[in-house]
Amino acid sequence: MSVPHALLALLSEGPKYGLRLQNEFESRTGEVWPLNVGQVYTTLQRLDRDGLVETDDEEGERSQKRYRITSAGGRELADWLRTPPGLVPPPRDELVIKVLVALQVPGTDVHEILQVHRRHVIETMQRYTQVKAAAAEDDVALALVADAELFRLEAIVRWLDAADVRLKQQPPPTPAAVADLTLEAIDPMEVPQ
Amino acid sequence: MTSALELRQVSKNYGSGPTEVRALRDVDLSVERGELVAIMGPSGSGKSTLLTIAGSLEQATSGQVLVNGVDLASVSRQDQAKMRRRSIGYVFQDFNLLPGLTAIENVTMPLELDGIRTKAARATGLEAMEQLDVADRADRYPDELSGGERQRTAIARAIVGKRGLLLADEPTGALDSVNGEAVMRLLRAATKRGVAGVVVTHEAQLASWADRVVFLRDGQVVDQTVAPPGPESLLAAGDRR
Repeated sequence: MSVPHALLALLSEGPKYGLRLQNEFESRTGEVWPLNVGQVYTTLQRLDRDGLVETDDEEGERSQKRYRITSAGGRELADWLRTPPGLVPPPRDELVIKVLVALQVPGTDVHEILQVHRRHVIETMQRYTQVKAAAAEDDVALALVADAELFRLEAIVRWLDAADVRLKQQPPPTPAAVADLTLEAIDPMEVPQ
Repeated sequence: MTSALELRQVSKNYGSGPTEVRALRDVDLSVERGELVAIMGPSGSGKSTLLTIAGSLEQATSGQVLVNGVDLASVSRQDQAKMRRRSIGYVFQDFNLLPGLTAIENVTMPLELDGIRTKAARATGLEAMEQLDVADRADRYPDELSGGERQRTAIARAIVGKRGLLLADEPTGALDSVNGEAVMRLLRAATKRGVAGVVVTHEAQLASWADRVVFLRDGQVVDQTVAPPGPESLLAAGDRR
C-alpha cells in the first residue's frame, strides 16, 4: 500500500489537516490498514519536500497545518494510478517450494501436504468472508479489500487443485529435476522479459 | 439433540465386478440446524452423489441416512417421498422453476403435492417469499422475473413450510462472482433462521461462506475446516503487510 499516494488522493478532493487525513485513510480502506498519525505527518513532510503538496500560509486552529496538493502532486497521482503494480518477477512462493520439496522427501504423501495447505487457505478465506458478511451493505471499500484478498487466496486453492490432478495423472518428476527447480525457485532468478 | 442430517458409514457403489465404481466410501457427516456446510472436492470425488443420497433421491449401498433422526431405510417408499417433500428442500444450478406456473405456484407446489389446501399453501408460500424479499412478485411468471428474483424464488421454494434441510448442488451455476455471492448470502441467511444447509461447490470463494467446509476425495471425507477464529483476527496490525 502506497501511503504517499493514498494521501495525495485524499488531498485531491481539497485541502485537509493531517488528523483528518488519517481518519479518512482508515475509513476508506475499510479500516483494514491502520495508520498512525506520526506516519501521516512524516509522509506529508516528505511530500512537501518533493513539491507534491504545500501548506497554507496561515496556520489553522491549534497551529495545525493544512495541506493541499500541488499540480506536480496531481501529475504524480495520475501516473501512479496508471502504473501496473509489479506482477513480475514472481514472488518466491514459499508454498510452491514446499510442494516441490515434498516431492523429494521419501514417504511423504504430497496429496496430503496439498490438502493441509488447501484447508488452511480456505479457513483464511472464511475469515475474510466473515468480514464481508458482517460489513454494512454500503461499505464498498471494505468489500473491495476483502474481495482482493479472496481472489488472491482462491488462486492459491486453484493452483493446489491443479497440482493435485497433475500429480495424480503424471508420475512425479525425478528428484534431480525437482532439486534443480527448487534451487531456481529459491535463488533470485532472471525473468525473461 | 438430533441432527437435521446424519450420514453414518455411507457407501455407494455403481455397477459390479471389475467395472464397479465406489462413489462413496464410509462417509460420516452430521449437519445441525443453523449450520451451513460446504462440500468441496475434485470432479468425480462423490460430491453430487453425497447430496442425492442425503436428499434420498438415491439409496446408499450401505450405511444409514438419518433426516431429523429418522432412518430413511426404515420407512416405506411412499413415506420416504412424503418425508422428502416435507423436510428437504433443493436448490438446483439453473433454479428449475416451472415456466407455466407463477412464482407463488412454484413455491407452493411441494405443499400442494402434500395435500395442503391452496389457500393455506399460498399463505405459507408468501411467508417464504417474504423472507427472501420477493413476495411482491408472487403472481408473476418466471420469465417476468429478473435473474435475481428467480434465484430468490427458487430458494423460497426450497425452504417453504417447515423444511429443516436445504440441499444445493452448485447453486450459483454460471453466475458471476458478485451474483454468486448474493446466492450464498441468501443460503446463509436461510440457515441462520434455523435450517441445516449443505452446498456442493468446487469454488473456494463460495465454500468460504459456509460455517464448515468438508473435503471429499475419491469418495471419502479426507478433511474439514475447523471453526474460523472470527474476522477480528485479520484486523490485528501484525497480520497486515
